[in-house]
Amino acid sequence: MDTYAAQAQLDRQDTWLGFKQLLPLSFFVAAFGLAFGLAAHQTGLSDTSIVLMSAAVFAGTSQFAALDIWGLQVPLVPLMITTFAINARHLLMGATLYPWLRHLPPAKRYGIMLFASDANWALAMQQFHKGERALGILLGGGMAIWSFWMVGTWLGIRFGSAIEDPVSIGLDMVLGCFLLAMALGARKDLRTLAIWIVAGVTSMAAYWWLPENSHVVVGALAGGALGAIWMEKGE
Amino acid sequence: MMLDTAGNGTLIIIAVMAVVTLFTRLGGVLVMSFIPINRRVQNFISAMSGSVLIAILTPQAVNGDGGARAALLATGLVMLVLKKPLPAIAAGVLTAALWRQML
Repeated sequence: MDTYAAQAQLDRQDTWLGFKQLLPLSFFVAAFGLAFGLAAHQTGLSDTSIVLMSAAVFAGTSQFAALDIWGLQVPLVPLMITTFAINARHLLMGATLYPWLRHLPPAKRYGIMLFASDANWALAMQQFHKGERALGILLGGGMAIWSFWMVGTWLGIRFGSAIEDPVSIGLDMVLGCFLLAMALGARKDLRTLAIWIVAGVTSMAAYWWLPENSHVVVGALAGGALGAIWMEKGE
Repeated sequence: MMLDTAGNGTLIIIAVMAVVTLFTRLGGVLVMSFIPINRRVQNFISAMSGSVLIAILTPQAVNGDGGARAALLATGLVMLVLKKPLPAIAAGVLTAALWRQML
């Protein structure tokens, strides 16, 4: 258990290092932010509320989903369910980070989680599994992503029409490719492969047959369950 | 219940989304603080961390267009050869862009 405590240190330097490590990806995040700013502007939200939404929600996919149900009125319960379902994967991310976060005092523990998003979480987990300290990546990287998300949102409101179609230049694939690169950086053995197959098959089944947006949670829990049954040797 | 998007309604909508999302960010950590971490729980959460990625990616690969699939394939190949994320991501995005421009 001591290795977790040793990896769970966080100081200013680590945070800055994490900020810099996520900078290259943050430029792509800004492009997404731009797409959101533009879409929200076209949906008719005021500039202030667009910026406020990006700052306070900081979860792109659910923000786009909110635009989908935008009208003169927005139904409260569907809004909550959609937001929850799309962002429920954060619950799992928090759980996977807990072995390290538990060594921090509660204020820091939960403060760091404000900046949790897919990319900095994935990179932090990869570094943790390599035996490195990675809370700096989580916090500093999250700050980088948040900042560029804000810059992008603002640019989208102002100059969004410059990029007519982000999909045609492949920008929708940035996060997917990043997450795949992170996954392939992990340990490769038979047990990992089996867990991935279970996660992939169950998420696909959930995608087809269960309510929308449930696939990430279903796949992750199924993969985790196999991991709990087929345990790693030793320690 | 319906929320008006006129006036303060938008602020309420944003607040609702922010609170729900905050709950997801903090909830996982909070729940885990009540669960004793033994070896089995440890194995569960570490298996889950890889599974989250796979569960996000599989539907993208299966249901995505040709550009999306080619992008993931390119990223995978470059990552396995070079073991460096940035060239792998660049290759993926470039492949998607080329695919969608050509076809």
